[in-house]
Amino acid sequence: MKTRMFFAGSGGQGILLMGQMIAKAAMLEGREVTFMPSYGPEMRGGTANCTVIISDKTISCPLISETDILVVMNKPSLIRFESMLTPGGTLFINSSLIAESPTRDDIVIVNVPANDRAAELGIEKSANMVMLGAVVNGTGVVSMESVDRVLGYIFSEGKAALYSVNHRALHINA
Amino acid sequence: MKQVFAITRGMLPVDTSYCPGCTHGVAHRLIMECLEELGELDNTIAVSPIGCSIVAHQYMNIDMCESAHGRAPAVASGIRRVHPDKVVFTYQGDGDLASIGVGEIIHAAHRGEKVTTFFINNAIYGMTGGQMAPTTLLGQRATTAINGRTKESNGSPLRMCELLATIDGAVFVERVALNSPGNVRKAKKAVMKAFEVQKNGLGFSFVEFLSSCPTNWGRAPYEAMEFIKEEMIPYYPLGNFRKPEEF
Amino acid sequence: MEKVLMKGNEAFAEAAIRGGAGFYFGYPITPQNEIPEYMSHELEKAGGSFIQAESELAAVNMAYGAAAAGGSVFISTSSPGVALMQEGISFMCSSEVPVVMLNVSRGGPGVGGIQPGQADYFQATRGGGNGDYHVPVFAPASIQEAIDMIYGAFEIADKYQNPVMILADGMLGQMMEPVSLPEAKRMATYEEIRANKPWAITGKGPRSERNVIKSLRLQPDVLEAHIHRLFEKYDRMEKELVRYETYGEPDPEIVFVAFGTVARLVAETMDILAERGYKAGMIRPVTLWPFPFDAFARISDKTRLVVSVELSMGQLLTDVKAAVCGRVPVGLINRTGGVVPTPVEIADRAIKQLKALD
Repeated sequence: MKTRMFFAGSGGQGILLMGQMIAKAAMLEGREVTFMPSYGPEMRGGTANCTVIISDKTISCPLISETDILVVMNKPSLIRFESMLTPGGTLFINSSLIAESPTRDDIVIVNVPANDRAAELGIEKSANMVMLGAVVNGTGVVSMESVDRVLGYIFSEGKAALYSVNHRALHINA
Repeated sequence: MKQVFAITRGMLPVDTSYCPGCTHGVAHRLIMECLEELGELDNTIAVSPIGCSIVAHQYMNIDMCESAHGRAPAVASGIRRVHPDKVVFTYQGDGDLASIGVGEIIHAAHRGEKVTTFFINNAIYGMTGGQMAPTTLLGQRATTAINGRTKESNGSPLRMCELLATIDGAVFVERVALNSPGNVRKAKKAVMKAFEVQKNGLGFSFVEFLSSCPTNWGRAPYEAMEFIKEEMIPYYPLGNFRKPEEF
Repeated sequence: MEKVLMKGNEAFAEAAIRGGAGFYFGYPITPQNEIPEYMSHELEKAGGSFIQAESELAAVNMAYGAAAAGGSVFISTSSPGVALMQEGISFMCSSEVPVVMLNVSRGGPGVGGIQPGQADYFQATRGGGNGDYHVPVFAPASIQEAIDMIYGAFEIADKYQNPVMILADGMLGQMMEPVSLPEAKRMATYEEIRANKPWAITGKGPRSERNVIKSLRLQPDVLEAHIHRLFEKYDRMEKELVRYETYGEPDPEIVFVAFGTVARLVAETMDILAERGYKAGMIRPVTLWPFPFDAFARISDKTRLVVSVELSMGQLLTDVKAAVCGRVPVGLINRTGGVVPTPVEIADRAIKQLKALD
């Protein structure tokens, strides 16, 4: 079983963190994983994206040209990467910032108003955690318990307030 | 009979390959005498880069390494990190230090590396045969400036002490000359102070020796000493440019 | 052993520290900037020393100085930085000073780009510096393999008193994988340096002879004898260091040759070809110098085509051709400039080349 995931948005939206948290959660579950970010000037102001591959077997190629799960946090990312999804794949759309609908009709679409839900919590910067929670719940690619553990590592001692806020964002859709 | 003089054991008992009238030998001996007097001969590591004095290790009786052209201050910085308790110095000519290695000397000073650099300024490239150095004087002939250096074509000679003295990390900067017994004695005092600055961990120390190159200047040895006095010292004033308060 | 998810560049730096590196000198260049950043705060914790050098030229010469003084030294850069370091590499080979170097390579020539490339193959294996010398070059295909190579490279460098190069690329530097980190070695003390590296310039001290580390030999016969002695050492390295891995079933009709991350793409290509009914194999040189010529003895009568797959314009291909020695046709499947082919693209091009032989 191999799952390919692609996360895209703009710099500052916490795109790479989403990918890293999924990757780390998969590692905690004893699975093989690779995380590949885009790098270079593209990261600044433009789009930020990363690829996560989770598998039960050794992963040879860390790059993908098509993906099973696509997460888009802004409109340019939807336009640019929609075609990467395999038929039957799942597209997570940040509907707070993307009014447009995808052109594809052979995929599963999950609308997540990530920024709005985060704003309800008073923590709009946690839109990525709202989305991550939706992706984990919607795909089951890793367990929410594993993601919680990863969150605990990131916001360890002295960062209890940040942990609490992000934990609420992560579970808001549950 | 009472012995009144002995060559320092810091110098190996061999003839040098330097030309008659060249002051490399004097500079070598001053440095080695100071190290012996400080009791640091067996505790010193030195770097000799490209130039006539790349073979300094044939004469200086201490642990040494050669270095690529101009890079001695970087090499010495690396050595210093491994051996914080040793005395580390570089011995560099003007083509090496003021031309190809100007980046390395500026940044070793800038980092305040606790090393000492001895700069032999004889206003010419010696080893390669008399080409113009950054320190060649205006009007002075060189094989790459056969009618003499001009400001229009080549710029004015570079004064390294004055340049380095603007850098905070260069805490001891002094220019001396090797053209007369009196100046040689003053030079030795500067060498001693430079080592003391290093041993006290105060920062980068630098001594420039105005030196002779009779062969490439086309002058007899005694004329070369006159050239230092009449031509070089007026352009490159002797004296201290920077020192810690307690010095 | 417990696994941690680490970014390649940070894992490389940690592997060097655990391998005993006490000294690191570097200059910022993408895509390896995480290494000097990591070293700047982690190396001193381990008792070592870090300098952000003013240039790669200065960095390699600091490395030479620190290693000549007996320190265990690690340096890293990316392709154009290696070009600047060639002066020091040639000098260290001549003066027999051990340093571990990492090239997180990118596309060239010139400033080029910052995406992954393998066009430093010649620069690494042929030597970009002046004179007759060799540097062993290890090419990791995963972060874990890079960790193990860097960790082990210090012993190899010390054993042969020669620089050792690890040739990775931007993809490996930037990606993250779960890895196991080896046990940390302790930095050598002054006394241990004097005992284990009796040639090092440590200050004469009670030693009966002073040490001199040099490169200049003006007498041709003396220089020639020195080079012959170096080459006796390189001969030993060729025998003792050469490493490669082979993949796939016996008697493949097509044999790929690929190193580093490209070998991972080809591994997936082999699966695709198997689905399409082709029998493929792969030789992965783990050392690029010494090149594993012996691996090519395994090419059987059934092999119709050997293909060099590389992120350069036929640099690896030159060694592949020399190894195949005209026994079977040799092809090239490549992208360059930072473009990475997909496994499907490699498979399509391979099938096309096979069909052209019919």
